[in-house]
Amino acid sequence: MEKEHKEHLIPYGTYFLVWLSLISLTVLTVTVAGIELGRIALFVALAIAFVKSTLVVSYFMHIKFDDLIFRIFLLVALVTLASIFILTATDIFFR
Amino acid sequence: MANGVLAERLENYLEHKTHKGIFAWILSTDHKRIGILYLVSMVTFFWVGVTLGFLMKLEMLTPGKTIVDAQTYNTFFTLHGIIMIFLFIIPGIPAVFGNFFLPIQIGARDVAFPRLNLLSWYLYIIGGLFAIASLFLQGGPIDTGWTFYVPYSIRTTTNVILPLLGAFILGFSSILTGLNFITTVHRLRAPGMTFFRMPLFVWALYATAWIQVVATPVVGITIVLVIIERALHVGIFDPALGGDPLLFQHLFWIYSHPAVYIMILPAMGVVSEIIPTFARRTIFGYKVIAFSSLAIALIGYFVWAHHMFSSGMSNTSRAVFSLLTFLVAVPSGVKVFNWVATLYKGSIELRAPLIYVMMFIFLFSIGGLTGLVLGSLATDVHVTDTYFVVAHFHYVMFGGTAIILFAALHYWFPKMFGKMYYEKLAIWATPFIFIGFNMLYFTMFILGYNGMPRRYWSYLPEYQTLHIISTVGSWILIAGLAIMFGNLIYSLFKGKPAEANPWGGVTLEWQIPSPPPAENFEEIPVVNHGPYDFSIINGNSDGKS
Repeated sequence: MEKEHKEHLIPYGTYFLVWLSLISLTVLTVTVAGIELGRIALFVALAIAFVKSTLVVSYFMHIKFDDLIFRIFLLVALVTLASIFILTATDIFFR
Repeated sequence: MANGVLAERLENYLEHKTHKGIFAWILSTDHKRIGILYLVSMVTFFWVGVTLGFLMKLEMLTPGKTIVDAQTYNTFFTLHGIIMIFLFIIPGIPAVFGNFFLPIQIGARDVAFPRLNLLSWYLYIIGGLFAIASLFLQGGPIDTGWTFYVPYSIRTTTNVILPLLGAFILGFSSILTGLNFITTVHRLRAPGMTFFRMPLFVWALYATAWIQVVATPVVGITIVLVIIERALHVGIFDPALGGDPLLFQHLFWIYSHPAVYIMILPAMGVVSEIIPTFARRTIFGYKVIAFSSLAIALIGYFVWAHHMFSSGMSNTSRAVFSLLTFLVAVPSGVKVFNWVATLYKGSIELRAPLIYVMMFIFLFSIGGLTGLVLGSLATDVHVTDTYFVVAHFHYVMFGGTAIILFAALHYWFPKMFGKMYYEKLAIWATPFIFIGFNMLYFTMFILGYNGMPRRYWSYLPEYQTLHIISTVGSWILIAGLAIMFGNLIYSLFKGKPAEANPWGGVTLEWQIPSPPPAENFEEIPVVNHGPYDFSIINGNSDGKS
């Protein structure tokens, strides 16, 4: 068995701030959706979603304070997802 | 033998019951019992699939109606596909043999999450029942083909939502099994069992588990989107509602192509176990085989759109995916060459498991090479959606995965049940399976090349001779399967008791009694050599492995 997990407590204040950020970003997503941005709209929405998921994964899911192996796992999943997006784009944007 | 003494002291897993009657099985969290639960349910579903396949081939004996009408034929090929793929081949080797042997091969007492493991089986059964329930409900069984392509799957009046929900639930079963295996490999290896001392079957299961965890959610969300579109008429995939049908195909194959590697990688792992045992020598190129599993898992993610070459996607995309498809043949080729190199100058003992493995190498090579015909853009246009594709994937999936599942059944039968099967009868079944298989499917290559479209209920009279050969082949194949399963079932009751190590294998499962004790090991072993170090039993230890 590998070394025991180190305990790390996050103060309630941080959780509250993260929650507030998530709410604000959601409001931002809805607001931006109302503006005519053409093709960029997709990328703006994805960028905001990326920031939101990073906050959730880092703080609520504790990845920021966890072992390196979990960050590697996450990276594998993220790189796979990014590759899937790029490869799908070779169809969508060149049709 | 020391193991014999051990067997007297430890209660084996079949004797060790935590509950009475059937509850000893359906409430057990022992990974070995769960493996057997999967085996029994999977073999049951397999025979339902075989029956449907048999009826389909019987229908194709003559042009026009032979036994069923066109609509029934549509439901036959759809259910045959759903059952064989989602209920048999995808869970196949990992759920049965992975569950049973992964913990033992790495020197653990169980998987990391035993209760989650049992939950996976329940989800598998519930998903299976959902898929089959559509047969008996108003509206009739699903007729979309196992790929559920839109817009037809949104517009057909048959029962689509139930089997879709079934596939969704089965997906969760698959994810949880993958999660369990990844955690088990990382957390529960015995002292000294480094990654490069793990058996190659474990490497293959590990690579597979990653695909299960990362790819399966994609099909889950796709299924939910189809259900939403069908129920609420939101325009996602149906062009009549403003959707994009190619988006469905992308999302579906982003999962379903890696799923092909969920099916085949564990089979390749089994091959890497059987060949060293029956050639009495270390596997050739251990690390390369281990890494090729990871390479297949990785590249396998990026080839999905070769299923869509003629669907109208962009030319750029077609060129990119064709190139990537050729790349995935490289690690597969590496494995085949290494297996053959292991057999070269080995002290070969030709037993039933090895015969199945050789059958696999032959059939899988044909399946793989014809895959290149489909991966090339120009030739794909000619043969896509014909019997050529049907032949190709049956050579890869049946000739590959299912044949190795049979090999694994024979190889590990003595360990799982503590009984020996009848070797002569097992060997007698193989020519029936081999000849029947090739009659059934090789004719499909020719039919497809000549233009016979897949999923058609009728055909032009000039195709009939080949269809008859194919149908007769299905009868011979089923006879072979009946002999094989009959032998195993008979041996379960009447077989001679098996020794702890009947084949002279050197991985950890052969170092414990047959059947294994309830907790696998009296003491967790300390590993100090590689997995295929035959110097242990040959008695000339030179420290190499």
